[in-house]
Amino acid sequence: MRPTRNRTRRLAVCLAALMAAAPLAEAQTPPGVLIVGQIAEPKSLDPHAVTAANDFRIVMNVYDGLVRYKDGTLEVEPALAESWEVSEDGTDYTFDLRDGVTFHDGTPLDAEAVKFNFDRMLDEDNPYHDTGPFPLSFFFSTVEEVEVVDADTVAFHLSEPYAPFLSNLAYTPGLIVSPAAVKEHGKDFGRHPVGTGPYRFEEWDANAKVVLTRNEDYWDGTPGLDAVVFRPLTDANTRVAEMLSGGIDLMVEVPPDNVATFDGNGFEMHEQAGPHLWFLILNTKDGPMADKRVRQAVNYAIDKQSLVENVLQGTADVAAGPIPPAFAWAYNADVAPYPFDPEKAAALLKEAGAEGAEVTFYVTEGGSGMLDPIPMGAAIQADLAKVGLDVKIETYEWNTFLAEVNPGLEGKADMAEMAWMTNDPDTLPYLALRTGAWPDEGGFNSGYYSNPEVDKLLEAARVSTDEAERAKLYKEMQVIVHDDAPWAFVANWKQNAATAESVSGFALQPSFFLLLKDVTKG
Amino acid sequence: MLGYTIRRLLALVPVLLGLTVIVFAIMAMIPGDPATAILGSYATPENVARLNRELGLDRPLVEQYFIWLGNLAHGDLGRSYSLNRPVLDEVLERFSATLVLAGAALVLCTVFGLLIGIWTAARQYGLVDRVLTFVVLVGISIPSFWLGLLLILLFAVRLRWLPASGMQAIYGGGGLGDLAAHLVLPATTLAVVATGVIARLTRSAMLEVLRQDFIRTARAKGLGEGRVLYGHAFRAALVAIIPVIGVQAGFVLGGAVYIETVFQWPGVGGMLVTAISTRDVLLVQGGVLVVAASYVLFNLLADLAQTWLDPRVQT
Repeated sequence: MRPTRNRTRRLAVCLAALMAAAPLAEAQTPPGVLIVGQIAEPKSLDPHAVTAANDFRIVMNVYDGLVRYKDGTLEVEPALAESWEVSEDGTDYTFDLRDGVTFHDGTPLDAEAVKFNFDRMLDEDNPYHDTGPFPLSFFFSTVEEVEVVDADTVAFHLSEPYAPFLSNLAYTPGLIVSPAAVKEHGKDFGRHPVGTGPYRFEEWDANAKVVLTRNEDYWDGTPGLDAVVFRPLTDANTRVAEMLSGGIDLMVEVPPDNVATFDGNGFEMHEQAGPHLWFLILNTKDGPMADKRVRQAVNYAIDKQSLVENVLQGTADVAAGPIPPAFAWAYNADVAPYPFDPEKAAALLKEAGAEGAEVTFYVTEGGSGMLDPIPMGAAIQADLAKVGLDVKIETYEWNTFLAEVNPGLEGKADMAEMAWMTNDPDTLPYLALRTGAWPDEGGFNSGYYSNPEVDKLLEAARVSTDEAERAKLYKEMQVIVHDDAPWAFVANWKQNAATAESVSGFALQPSFFLLLKDVTKG
Repeated sequence: MLGYTIRRLLALVPVLLGLTVIVFAIMAMIPGDPATAILGSYATPENVARLNRELGLDRPLVEQYFIWLGNLAHGDLGRSYSLNRPVLDEVLERFSATLVLAGAALVLCTVFGLLIGIWTAARQYGLVDRVLTFVVLVGISIPSFWLGLLLILLFAVRLRWLPASGMQAIYGGGGLGDLAAHLVLPATTLAVVATGVIARLTRSAMLEVLRQDFIRTARAKGLGEGRVLYGHAFRAALVAIIPVIGVQAGFVLGGAVYIETVFQWPGVGGMLVTAISTRDVLLVQGGVLVVAASYVLFNLLADLAQTWLDPRVQT
């Protein structure tokens, strides 16, 4: 019997050793250092090379643009440029740069530096163009020339008036990088980022963390944190566990099922509606959806309130039309969402002779901004079955899904799920509702919607530099599109985040950017 | 033995080449392309074409493959377009993390698998045998990613004894103790199924040996039961057990894909999952190449160990 007792004792010793090591795991992160749980490893920290919201969250804290979105809005205000002038015809923008701003590497921010940024992105003959690719450079495709007027003045000459220009400058491709750092690191600049922002880049330990530290010389006041650490935590369950165990202080994209966990209990939940729309593209070219009454019936038949409350657990609002309410100045509040009215839907279907029609519905398994696409697809299928539509679901992995949907639905499907997040009210309707945006024309109008009136309004809004005028045109457009129902308007996502008790001064932004300058941690 | 090893290693070359052709072809066949994945909502045909040109993906497939193969000959695995860094750097970093995890799991499952197998065989149909056999059955049947989540909930969230994820503490980490603390949960989770398989096979191999005459002789000589079990029976059974451990080594490497995702272990499995969804062909190629080569090497090692234990096997 003795050997057994020995073994038990040894096991006990091992266990005790394990427990002694335990405090190591429990050690809390020091005050002043914010640990952020991200959803993936960043692709790059070159703001001109990135396309994902996950990467935007880091780069927005390292760089500034000439302009930025005013806190809590999608309106543009001065940043690196103190002021600007727009020519009468809307094709010349002249920016007066802020004095005395330097990059983290000590080099000055001047007109030459700004010109370098746009030349690198837009001019294929620029010696540093090969430090790309720059997927979002088309944000500035109307820029013909960037001119250095003097050290503090830079002018942009556009080929045609382009209203979204300023709000594009506030987006990530408009952030200004240090030319000296690009020249030093070349293709690897994305791993050695240098900007003018509130935090400077310190270290990138691949697949473990990105560390930023406070920029003491920041032009817009001293940032609140000593350091910020971004951790990639791809699995949502792991992210939740890390938050609960104190391994992270701020968690983005809390899954709907976990929102209640973080409401109280030593945590704070934050939410913010943003420029996001979740909708169904309806095939207006062939099949039953070519009839406007059937498309309206689909809009009436879907119980959007139930989707938002039960499937998405309150993480979204019911959508009314093609422009999300986050664009407050361009949103038409008089356009109300289609009410849930199965009887009216059934009557419309009967009128159109589409009772019992068979409908093919493309559903994706996941994807950027798609929320919970499979349960949402199933709930929509059930709603439509109740009014007499026989919906067949076909499910695809995200990139396969895009390859099926983007070339157009003709001959393949009647409905497809889709979601967009944009920085200007122009983007989505211009790229997805115009006749000139049909798939064969290089746009995203996969349902072949065409209304000359809408085309005219969108073209006019794009070239007008008067915001009030643009707002009027967009509001008119929303009324028409709502009635034509080329899409089923379903939900506007509210971005959410959870913070630990020790974190203060944090607020989400409608731009979906994560701005940490004024955050502190006790 | 040396000739045998060299022959086996040479046979690896065509296997791996064939594999790269298959991976390349599959990645080309699945719909969607890297440019679409990068551009997301903005993937207009025009933008996709421009980005493909800049990424060099507008060239014919065969040409792309041979460019890749030519670079491989120089030890260059290309540059990942989704991560914007050399594939080789990423793969080596990730693979060493996987080796640490899989190595720890392999040690755990071998030690516990053998011990449980021997104990249960020694007390066939006794209480210990029945209890452990039942536990092993449960272990084999539990989905490992689910077990991983349960362990995180208990040890990281409730008790706060161990970290929930990652390989190193974000602050003040880096030591061996830190690594060990991060290893406990994922390595245990990864080892559970393999422990069960090794235990069951060890038990049956031991039972077979224990029935043989030389064991009766050993006992008749008056040897202690410990000597009989470990000195005689186990050594004889080992020939049958070693290949099982070799197969489990491959299994552990493969199983690491789920476990790495659950525990956010920065290994090659998690890398491959992301690389496939972003259509990052070069990264997939690099990862598969390394994993496949190591899988084959593990099996070769197991075979060599078996040959060494029992020279009859080689012929």
